[in-house]
Amino acid sequence: MDFTLILFIILAVTAVATAAGLLISRNAVYAALFLVLNFACVAIFYLLLGAPFIAMVQVTVYAGAIMVLFLFVIMLLGADKLPKGEVLRWQRPLAIGAAVILFAEAAYLLVLRAQSNALLFDPGTAENSMDSLRAMASMLFGQYLLPFEVTSILLLVAMVGAIVLTKKEKGAQGQ
Amino acid sequence: MNLGGIPLTYYLIVSAVLFTMGALGVLIRRNALIIFMSVELMLNAANLAFVAFARHYGVYTGQLFVFFVITVAAAEVAIGLALIVAIFRNKHSIDVDQMSSLKG
Repeated sequence: MDFTLILFIILAVTAVATAAGLLISRNAVYAALFLVLNFACVAIFYLLLGAPFIAMVQVTVYAGAIMVLFLFVIMLLGADKLPKGEVLRWQRPLAIGAAVILFAEAAYLLVLRAQSNALLFDPGTAENSMDSLRAMASMLFGQYLLPFEVTSILLLVAMVGAIVLTKKEKGAQGQ
Repeated sequence: MNLGGIPLTYYLIVSAVLFTMGALGVLIRRNALIIFMSVELMLNAANLAFVAFARHYGVYTGQLFVFFVITVAAAEVAIGLALIVAIFRNKHSIDVDQMSSLKG
């Protein structure tokens, strides 16, 4: 069994488990955090499939912008109150331990591995190189230029729509 | 084509499972926000299938479609969350069972 397959199985199990967590969690905040983890798993799937640009878009747009918007709305509505106090007492020592391990790992890589000039992958032949990005960009701005421009109008309409929908009506105050 | 040692079927199975769980979430949950997150899960599952097929056939069209799907999803989230906020202002609840009346 090779490394990629093991990684794939771990990711698949994590993705399905976080999706299940989204379904069963009572608290909307926990559901949103499960969904972030799920998006991260899918982003790593994209990297495995040789689509680094899509993976980065997934992280920045989905896990970043969209989920922050979700969390804002959850907090704004206040529909789900988080339990008060520190419920996970074991979490703090575990977090400190994980931080120490992470630091040791980074220091090991920087101090020991950086001395040898061996790169982890050869940038010219690696599957996640810029070649795929260049090919994608030439397609996006060539064959698919019109859909690309249409999405900009879509985003503008969405922006105006969101502002109009959430704006407090001035007339309603006076009546 | 080899997908880094993993058959295309495996990716499609993961995609199908995630899509089914998203559909299940839409059906069984009553919180509008969680229903919305389940819709995002379904979009993600479809995107995964798109990228897997793009890799399988060695073309970039699938990746471009994922790019467009993500753009549409961002617009959808902005409008959908605005609607949820507007409904919450009126009803003081985001339970979809409460949204049964058409008139105020």
